[in-house]
Amino acid sequence: MKRGLGLAAATAAMAVAPLVGGTYHVLLMLPFMAYAVVLLGLNLLFGYTGLVSFGHALFVGIGAYTGAFITSRTTIRSLEVILLSAAVLGALVAAPVAALCVRYVKIYFGMLTLAFGMVFYTFVLKFYRLTGGDEGTPFLRPSLLGHAFDAMPKIDYLTGPYYYYSMAVLGLATLVMWRIVCSPFGLCLKTIRDNPAKAETLGIGVTRYRFLAFVISAVYAAVGGALLGPPTGNVDPTLAYWTHSGSLVFMTLLGGFASFFGPVVGAFVFIYLQNWVMSVVPYWRLVFGAILALIVIIAPEGLAGLVTRRRPAPAERA
Amino acid sequence: MILRADGLRKLYGEFCALDGVSLTVDQGEFVSIIGPNGAGKSTLINILTGMTPPSSGSVRFKDREVAGIGSVRLARLGMARSFQLVQIFPDLTVLETLQAAVVSRLGRGTRLFTSLARDREVQAGALEVAELFGLAERRHVPARQLPQGDKKLLDVASAFALRPEIILLDEPTSGVSTADKTAIMETLVAASRRIGLRAIIQVEHDMDIVFAYSDRIIALHQGKVLADAAPAAILSNQRVIDTVIGRRAATG
Repeated sequence: MKRGLGLAAATAAMAVAPLVGGTYHVLLMLPFMAYAVVLLGLNLLFGYTGLVSFGHALFVGIGAYTGAFITSRTTIRSLEVILLSAAVLGALVAAPVAALCVRYVKIYFGMLTLAFGMVFYTFVLKFYRLTGGDEGTPFLRPSLLGHAFDAMPKIDYLTGPYYYYSMAVLGLATLVMWRIVCSPFGLCLKTIRDNPAKAETLGIGVTRYRFLAFVISAVYAAVGGALLGPPTGNVDPTLAYWTHSGSLVFMTLLGGFASFFGPVVGAFVFIYLQNWVMSVVPYWRLVFGAILALIVIIAPEGLAGLVTRRRPAPAERA
Repeated sequence: MILRADGLRKLYGEFCALDGVSLTVDQGEFVSIIGPNGAGKSTLINILTGMTPPSSGSVRFKDREVAGIGSVRLARLGMARSFQLVQIFPDLTVLETLQAAVVSRLGRGTRLFTSLARDREVQAGALEVAELFGLAERRHVPARQLPQGDKKLLDVASAFALRPEIILLDEPTSGVSTADKTAIMETLVAASRRIGLRAIIQVEHDMDIVFAYSDRIIALHQGKVLADAAPAAILSNQRVIDTVIGRRAATG
């Protein structure tokens, strides 16, 4: 009940933000919504399956570059086509990567995902003619539901139609992910996270489920990556760099991987905190490093954990 | 005959953990495997349940060769197991643990968009097993918060929730109080009748439990079968008494 009210309040606040909020803060909501989509997927792997990926920037990069290629190399501008293409390409790339990575766990899984991320980063950095190298590739303004909005000033486009479009994508992504984690599949993932050996004796094929979770999380990362492109209008290799993968893990930890909405909260706090810290001190990574250390020591369940820790579980209340 | 093992041999480097073990389990039997530490009991269970491949020999379950095929495929074929050291899903509730087993049994694990809460067959199946094992009142308690005896029960109950044809229990009463042991065994036997289990194999150290519930006892010593007989015959086997049971237990 409380969660439902909180969700309704957050949705209402997001819906009215462009009408009452300053342009600058509304623009900050765009990367938040894109990252929230990415992290919903990442947390299916992290919080629900127990696998920490340090290479998911690979799939964010794939989504972003897919959009950039489509808009700059073809006449297609439809964001629906871009998101669908990003999802399909993300899944296609994720399948072989997952097939190899999910056979390993813990640090070996993390290092393998990191390695694949670095391979992709090097590819987009070095294949200049194809990717634009370190300069990147332009992501031209996409049309939304068949409307080009060409005559609209960029800021109006981003804080208006694109904002609500992103919000709708985030809403849909949240709904779909909620169905997934509340499904029999979601339960099987949790058994694998808690005790893979026991899960196998119950007939749950651990490798197969990890593979599916990985591919789904990659699809989410690619869709989120495609949403990151239009606000900046350019996609460059830093999106696929390993520090970006680290930031994704940071956001998840910050919000709390044990909670469904934790990573979404983490994305929100990260974006606004980063913006604020960068405006105060140039060494924002120094501050964020200290914050990460504090979270791990004081609140390992993240910001969402701080809230739920005070509230007894249903069984304890009974 | 539901399960048959022939000439099972397991080598760990130079060490021979099992040396030509053969056994059969017929429908309706409750078979106990006994032996001193290092006799090869757990190795045998691990091989029979497909977790460890034998160095040589065969295991046939329902007329199918199953040696080394892995516990996932064996579970789907109808063989379940519980562990000596209690195995639970710490963050899942009792009901969720049992639901996972029922979901697996019904082959619904890859359903991504159906609601688990609205799947009446899964809910009813899990609740039925929870009631059968006396865990219904604690169904919303996370497994890690259960007392040790209930954790053990949950481990066994989740195996029963698969509705297997045969179940292999590795020391089902280890780590629980003497008072809880009989209760666990009574629950287990009642549950096996209720779900129509075709056979039970257990590894057990407690001879009171072994002789109270077994139709047949297989005594292992140094990786070999020392005796395979009914409880009364085992009690009159001097070698088994000397090496496995102990004189005081045999007369007590």
